[in-house]
Amino acid sequence: MASILEQSQPVGVSHDAEAAQVFRIEPAKGWTAVGFRELWQYRELLYFLIWRDVKVRYKQTALGAAWAIIQPLFMMIVFSLFFGRLARVPSDGIPYPVFSFCALLPWQLFAHALTESSNSLVGNQNLITKVYFPRLVIPLAAVLGGVIDFLIAFAILLLLMLYYGIVPGWAILTLPAFLLLAIATALGVGLWLSALNVQYRDVRYTINFLVQFWLFATPVAYPSSLIPEKWRVFYGLNPMAGVVEGFRWALLGKSEPPGMMLWVSVAVVVLLLLGGLYYFRRMEQEFADVV
Amino acid sequence: MSSDIAIRCEGLSKRYRIGKTDSYRTLRDVIADAAAAPFRRLRRTVSSNGNGNLADSIEPTANSIWALNDVSFEINRGDVVGIIGRNGAGKSTLLKILSRITKPTRGHADINGRVGSLLEVGTGFHPELTGRENIYLNGAILGMHKAEIDRKFDEIVAFAEVEQFIDTPVKRYSSGMYVRLAFAVAAHMETEILLVDEVLAVGDAQFQKKCFSKMSQIRNQGKTIVLVSHNMAAVRNICNQGLHLQHGHAVLQAEINQVVDAYLAGTEEAAEGPMEVETENFVVNEVLIESSSSPILKTFAPCEIRVRFQPKIDVGDPGVYIGFLTKELHRLAGLDLKDFTSLPPLRAGQSAEIGFSLESLPFLAGSYRVEVHLKDMSRPLIERVPRYYRFDVAETPVYGGRHLDSWFGNVGLTATPIARV
Repeated sequence: MASILEQSQPVGVSHDAEAAQVFRIEPAKGWTAVGFRELWQYRELLYFLIWRDVKVRYKQTALGAAWAIIQPLFMMIVFSLFFGRLARVPSDGIPYPVFSFCALLPWQLFAHALTESSNSLVGNQNLITKVYFPRLVIPLAAVLGGVIDFLIAFAILLLLMLYYGIVPGWAILTLPAFLLLAIATALGVGLWLSALNVQYRDVRYTINFLVQFWLFATPVAYPSSLIPEKWRVFYGLNPMAGVVEGFRWALLGKSEPPGMMLWVSVAVVVLLLLGGLYYFRRMEQEFADVV
Repeated sequence: MSSDIAIRCEGLSKRYRIGKTDSYRTLRDVIADAAAAPFRRLRRTVSSNGNGNLADSIEPTANSIWALNDVSFEINRGDVVGIIGRNGAGKSTLLKILSRITKPTRGHADINGRVGSLLEVGTGFHPELTGRENIYLNGAILGMHKAEIDRKFDEIVAFAEVEQFIDTPVKRYSSGMYVRLAFAVAAHMETEILLVDEVLAVGDAQFQKKCFSKMSQIRNQGKTIVLVSHNMAAVRNICNQGLHLQHGHAVLQAEINQVVDAYLAGTEEAAEGPMEVETENFVVNEVLIESSSSPILKTFAPCEIRVRFQPKIDVGDPGVYIGFLTKELHRLAGLDLKDFTSLPPLRAGQSAEIGFSLESLPFLAGSYRVEVHLKDMSRPLIERVPRYYRFDVAETPVYGGRHLDSWFGNVGLTATPIARV
């Protein structure tokens, strides 16, 4: 056996290590571990799936990656007109366009990630039924694929801030943490919905509805200071409220730091994510049969 | 587990739910299920003292089928195993379990070595991406590392013969190029165990030959291959071991020729079933192939083939296709009546006998199959009669009377020698 291995595996020490162990295929076991180690082994697949999604997204469009800017920009203009000008929604003393655009970026990242990840398993059923790999890679790639769009639109936000003469303080250093929180929220919900979607295609129809509803429950068009002080902790049950207020605080500096509300959001996300991971792992054993 | 064994399955079983149970499973059922789950678990622990599978076996089986049922076998390292069986025998399910796509319902399999599986050619190919990009994407999906693909890249491209088009989106490829590229990626996986499902039937003859030699090369590297194929000639050629599956059971595991022969003998039994066969719109009473001059069929002797049938509906423009196949079901020749003549319309229930007279039967001694399609070109409607009709050509003197082995193929040629010395 050793000589065969040496012949067929001229490189890659790791292969020998993998080959040395016998793998047992057994019936579904119910709850299983998340399997981070295996996920790590398949990190290149994750990379290639993200790369595919990004590469293909704006293929055969006239405007290409400009769409990443156009979408939030037009939302911002509409919000500024209707909420800022007509309805005179307060914006914590920040010029309304920056106020809303700053919130729209994490919101669009989240909304896109949620929609894509929820449909990801069904959309990739040809892979699921023909090849083995840790299924978590699929919703993960769908969620992370939106980050590139976010970064492109982020450049516009910086220009907008420059125009209005807003200079962020040291708090900007915390921005990656809020970005992470937005991604984790989308992944947490996306894991649940993608696994449910495999069996119940009803999910597909509820997602648009869910995203719209969620947008109004999130302080994108209005500041969370509109919410009475004593209810604000409960407002944090919507993790995106914590994310959006966190973004405003980190970048624009004028709003108050999101205190207790943020910690409630973090706790909710951790629960969603852990629950989602275990539910997904439990259901994935049947994906290939059900999808 | 001994290191000589690559795969060992014990009592491998897979049950699929079929029918309406799934579509009627609503969210309400799931919630009810979830509420009952803790109690079920309790019951299972109690019952598992005697028989761990009790919970499984008492479930109603009316709307579920066992695609695999208690399959046990061992595959040695370096073996090339052909899995043979009719459609629905469980071949693909077995490969899906071994490649970890789906879980078995019962039993287990031990896998000793890195597994690569090729259940479909071009899984994950994206039409908008170029050939180069798809090689990397497809390779990653099949479990190859980027460094591994980098190293093999030129070899893959050369094997697929797509050098000029490597930076063209694959949606502009011809289907042949597409398939070649897809197979090339998979064929260059570095794995100890390769699982292949009916993918050798793609591409043109030239490329198939190339695939076969690639498989032989993989085999000669001492790797283990498990192969599903309906192409018996190819299976005999590549494999050294065979596993015959029937209705989810492993019927026979042995040397490949023995298994193929047993399988073909089995299909012959099926081929000699009831003479009268029905399709959706036709009843076929009889298919006859006989020689007017002798009781047996002989090479180069005249003969007739006739199909007697009745349509169940009024047929405006009746047609018959007759195919001649080897016993491995390779098509040798075909005749379509419409190329010779046209028939008057047939009323429902009206009997008809249609066929051909052959001046000289061109087939060498051996067992052959006839396939029949009945048609109504006015609708149009084509129905394949769901069985093969067997006929045997007797061993009679051809080419001067010597015994003809497989080197002479299936078809006799009326030849005169040219010898200029």
